[in-house]
Amino acid sequence: MISMPRFLVFTAFLAGLSVIQVTTTAQPRQPRQTDEINLIIGDRIGIQPSFAVPDCLTLTPDEATAEAARTIAQVLWDDLEFEREFRMIARDTYRTIPVARSLDDLPFDRWQELGADGVISCTVEATSASQIEITARLFSVRSLESAFGVVYSGSNRNVRRYAHQLSDELHRHQRGLTGVARTRIAFVTDRYSESVLGLVDNRPVKEVVFADYDGANVRRVTVSRSLNTTPAWSPDGRSIGYTSWLSGFPEVIISYLFEGRMTRPANGNANDHNFLPAFSPDGQQIAFMSNRDGNPDLYVVNVDGTEMRRLTNHPMIDTSPTWSPNGLQIAFTSDRTGSPQIFVIGADGTGLRRLTYETYCDRPTWSPPPFNEIAYSSKTGPGHDIKVLDLATNEVRQLTYGLGSNESPSYSPNGRHVAFMSTRGSGLKQIYTIGRDGKGLRRVTSTGNNEMPGWSR
Amino acid sequence: MTVVVTALWLQAACARQPAPVAPETSPPPPAATSTTPSPPPPPAPPPVVPTELTPEDEFASRSLEEINRESPLAPAFFVLDSSELDDRGRQVIEANAEVLRRYPNWVVTIEGHCDERGTAEYNLGLGERRALAAQRHLVALGVDMGRVRTVSYGKEFPFDPDHDEDAWAANRRAHFVITAQ
Repeated sequence: MISMPRFLVFTAFLAGLSVIQVTTTAQPRQPRQTDEINLIIGDRIGIQPSFAVPDCLTLTPDEATAEAARTIAQVLWDDLEFEREFRMIARDTYRTIPVARSLDDLPFDRWQELGADGVISCTVEATSASQIEITARLFSVRSLESAFGVVYSGSNRNVRRYAHQLSDELHRHQRGLTGVARTRIAFVTDRYSESVLGLVDNRPVKEVVFADYDGANVRRVTVSRSLNTTPAWSPDGRSIGYTSWLSGFPEVIISYLFEGRMTRPANGNANDHNFLPAFSPDGQQIAFMSNRDGNPDLYVVNVDGTEMRRLTNHPMIDTSPTWSPNGLQIAFTSDRTGSPQIFVIGADGTGLRRLTYETYCDRPTWSPPPFNEIAYSSKTGPGHDIKVLDLATNEVRQLTYGLGSNESPSYSPNGRHVAFMSTRGSGLKQIYTIGRDGKGLRRVTSTGNNEMPGWSR
Repeated sequence: MTVVVTALWLQAACARQPAPVAPETSPPPPAATSTTPSPPPPPAPPPVVPTELTPEDEFASRSLEEINRESPLAPAFFVLDSSELDDRGRQVIEANAEVLRRYPNWVVTIEGHCDERGTAEYNLGLGERRALAAQRHLVALGVDMGRVRTVSYGKEFPFDPDHDEDAWAANRRAHFVITAQ
């Protein structure tokens, strides 16, 4: 093992941690599990601990269990790698490491040679035709102690969610961090290749769907043979608001996912059209754009449809609202100064302030706490790039750099990542995620055109 | 952790079904309850001996799809990022107003469209303003406001899928669709 000089290194620890905790205790030779689990793995200051996730062990011999064992390990590895809190050791380097004999009986010396600080060992067992049980432990390779242990049991449909839960729990335990492995991204897709019903031919249907944050398990929200766009999650994750031309004119619809019902709180009709809903942080109100007074302006209404009030009153376009985390301000796009720029106004309609002075800015999205910044799309050439304005320092940083056009940013609920649409690569529109520092790009979708991501809480 | 997909929406769409001899209809109400049945199919048109058919009579026996394919109402085009009608746009709308005077039963929907280069979100508002600008001018020329609807489609439905100036210019438009007659 290489000994590193002991200096404090401020790396990309986005949760604000600057020093890795060191907890050393007596070194028993057999692995043991403490009742008071308080072991944080990593003993080199300023260096991320390295983790490995070999395939799980199977306790029952069937193919489904073997498949689950491989899937859970790979998904867990991907989830841990996504958050970039641990250095994940590439799985194809595990070839030379013998398979563990049991949950606790690992070749720790071999893992140590590979450079691992921690190894996640797990077993998978089919407990019935439809049920599965997963036992997992995080071991410190040096002390042989188990830092964290958990058992999950439940349905064997969709085993990925066990890996996602384990990833979130490991981030919570080892880093005090809220992970996003169990969050969802809603988006708009044309992958169903249907045509819109209507009087003009060949208009492609766009439906609202949502998937796991890594793109798996796509599920439809709208089944409507019409145009549907701009999805936004409610804070409780039980409904999605969006703009739909289902009735022949643009209307804000809220679909309650677990109740099979839809509401129209903005109460539009053939003349009053509503677009671009955004839920307030307490989930009680929606801000949206409407033409009801003859011009696109912003309005706010309770989710139950009561207390409609006008927020902006200007003859130019006001659109694309996003709420501040404390619900007291709304940022939005307005072209009142001649080109679309980002503004912010009090949720009570007072205190208008301009935030951007660029060529063309749109689709502001306010970060969740602990960060205080607004991501938006900015025209940087023929296309757009994702930028972030820090509200405390007024500094702007750029997350994408001219590969295709990059638009419609949406923050993850822990504020560490941004989902967005990009036309890079094939020229089709796909959903990507990227760290708020501009690193860790991942593609989320691959079928058809996919755009306008909305990340759940 | 199962998700119930929302109920299927059947398109009643009375305003969209072809109905050559239907009275003036409006889009279906927004209530989220049962679907309304489609109107019964129209009776077959009686055999016509074409002697002195005026243009008005010709259209009367056609479906809405057929009429719109003939494009009796021309689109008005716009400059990039603008919702101002220029002289050519105003001329087009004046011609459209003339056609609408000859067919007093027609209801028209003006669709606002944008080219692909702006963002999808802002373009929903720009399409809205283009449709409203065309509607205002049409109404100022004497067409009854109740006959003229607007819908913004932003940049969602380009008419020309290419990525050059000609395609973009063709897509920045207020597009007139006859939605009832």
